[in-house]
Amino acid sequence: MSLWVDKHRPTSLNKLDYHKDQASRLKMLVQSGDFPHLLVYGPSGSGKKTRIMCLLRELYGSGVEKLRIEQNSFTTPSNKKIEISTISSNYHIEVNPSDAGNSDRVVIQELIKTVAQVNQLETSTQKEFKVVVLTEVDRLTKDAQHALRRTMEKYMATCRLILCCNSTSKVIPAIHSRCLGIRVAAPTIEEISQILQSTCKKEGLNLPLELAKKIAVKSNRNLRRALLMCEACRVQQYPFSPDQEVAEPDWELYLKETAGMIVQQQSPKRLLEVRARLYELLTHCIPPDVIMKGLLQELITNCDGQLKTEVVQNAAFFEHRLQLGQKAIYHLEAFVAKFMAIYKRFFEEGIADLF
Amino acid sequence: MQAFLKTGSSKLSTSKEKVTPSSSSSSKESKDKRKHVPWVEKYRPRCVDDVAYQDEVVAVLKKSLEGSDLPNLLFYGSPGTGKTSTILAAARELFGHEMYKTRILELNASDERGISVVREKVKTFAQQSASGIRPDGKPCPPFKIIILDEADSMTGDAQSALRRTMEKESKTTRFCLICNYVSRIIEPIASRCAKFRFKPLAEDVLKKRLRYICGKEEITCEEEAFTALLDTSEGDLRKAITHLQSASRFKGEETITKDDIYDIAGVVPAEVIDQIIKVCHSDSYEKLDKTIMEQIFNGHSGMQLINQIHDKIVVSDELGDKQKSIICDKLAIVDKYLMDGADEYLQIMALCTTIMQQICHADK
Repeated sequence: MSLWVDKHRPTSLNKLDYHKDQASRLKMLVQSGDFPHLLVYGPSGSGKKTRIMCLLRELYGSGVEKLRIEQNSFTTPSNKKIEISTISSNYHIEVNPSDAGNSDRVVIQELIKTVAQVNQLETSTQKEFKVVVLTEVDRLTKDAQHALRRTMEKYMATCRLILCCNSTSKVIPAIHSRCLGIRVAAPTIEEISQILQSTCKKEGLNLPLELAKKIAVKSNRNLRRALLMCEACRVQQYPFSPDQEVAEPDWELYLKETAGMIVQQQSPKRLLEVRARLYELLTHCIPPDVIMKGLLQELITNCDGQLKTEVVQNAAFFEHRLQLGQKAIYHLEAFVAKFMAIYKRFFEEGIADLF
Repeated sequence: MQAFLKTGSSKLSTSKEKVTPSSSSSSKESKDKRKHVPWVEKYRPRCVDDVAYQDEVVAVLKKSLEGSDLPNLLFYGSPGTGKTSTILAAARELFGHEMYKTRILELNASDERGISVVREKVKTFAQQSASGIRPDGKPCPPFKIIILDEADSMTGDAQSALRRTMEKESKTTRFCLICNYVSRIIEPIASRCAKFRFKPLAEDVLKKRLRYICGKEEITCEEEAFTALLDTSEGDLRKAITHLQSASRFKGEETITKDDIYDIAGVVPAEVIDQIIKVCHSDSYEKLDKTIMEQIFNGHSGMQLINQIHDKIVVSDELGDKQKSIICDKLAIVDKYLMDGADEYLQIMALCTTIMQQICHADK
């Protein structure tokens, strides 16, 4: 049995639930049998991948759904072997080059060249070009992005690239100017709750509107997450009741507790305890930037207006350091310590003013 | 012609065909295939004369076409100003189709070009001698050209390895380095080349070119859409043409409007920016948080947001010079942090809280 997320994924551009306007434009785009390089961007869970697959299906027919997983190995100039897995059909190939870490440039150079240099044999019945889907382009190193530039122009005749990323800020302008940008906005709360209800209907379940709304709000406008949550609710209790508890991921609760601890007391001892909890979160593979944002969101509610600005500035500062640095815990801890200092000073000043 | 269309890599069909690319595609089949060529490739200048707006370079290259020598060249300038096009056009005119392969070595960032490649490939190519006579007996320049595109992404080591080669082989080889940022080219290399800056194209030049393409492609385009194209492209002709082509693909036969262009360019609508500025006036963190969150969910890129906020702030009347300078200082920091890969939400919040502070609590 597959998850609802996969089971009810729309397979054609006509069946998409939201951004219908954009869908019809995309349809128009591929109708001529051709399209430029695309750069699809939007927050996670907004349906970028779904749209790409729909587009490919529209272009090549159902053949693109016959997927196979392949292991490719590349050798860097310094004789280091890189293994990378690709998902491909006869018409397209999907890679996440950032898996290769620092050597992603080699992957880009080798892979795209091998794909692009081979012409499709039967041009009368097939399309002349193949499609390379690169995911997480924003994680690519600058080197790799530069390597993409000329490749994109050079192999235009045999190969189209679809780049997929969360944010275009980290994509160099040179690439941006070579692609048609497609922005996929996250679905609104209403759209999510509608989709949840229609999905449940397809499953033969009855989902009350209140609960659907509740899940939608909790999901942070991430459709994938909403569907997973909905399925979790179903396992928990069926028939649904409108005031049913929507289970939040336990790490979020844990994070909230941690934030509460920080606000409660500001001392080196507490810092040590918080450190242990942060470590716990990190060992469970919660990304450090998510922890940072979660902490900020909780902490900020306990602050006064002026203080908020200062805290946000510091969060931004330490998050940047975190991206540059190697070990996340230092920066998270630094932020916590800084917050404690600011908070305590603020309180002491407040008390001093009283007397 | 067929081969040219199929493999975009060999953009070097003979100049005769180049002059009339549309008329030569008489059969229906080749007309279909023609669609696959992006307009940026299709309307690349075919000869040096076609290069728009870059007068100094064109003058130098023309001299060399008339038979005089060519210095080592270093082209720099913002993207889409015609650097690569110029040298490719010049090379094609100098050597013609047959000799192009043997006389030109083009390396760009997509090729491997660490220090080992410079030592082996570039050096061997540079050491070959070149005669001053074409196979058909006509004279041609007695040198080869090595084009190093996107040279600013070469490592310093690789650049250093070029130094001596450049001098030693000056009899037979000319180098042409192309880059966006001249500061990333090491000094010894820069001093060995004649530097040419490619200016961002002026608006009327851009417009003329776009109109020409519109005419050729038989698409209709609103007057305002041209203005929008100029706005969004910032002197980058490639960007403008790509946007135009994308818009025409999206719209099919219909007229292209200004909104289409803004949509494709990923520009954040002006109302959104106004709203953010307005929220900054309210001095309420919660409202700001909500607005920014909304925009992030809508998928607007952080970079674009701060660029547009910047445009608004600079011309704003209500802010004093000091306030503006503080905000711009923060803007620069945020820009740098974003480039480093920091989280968009946090950075934009940091910027907006600064703006809020400056608007509501200045002089504190």
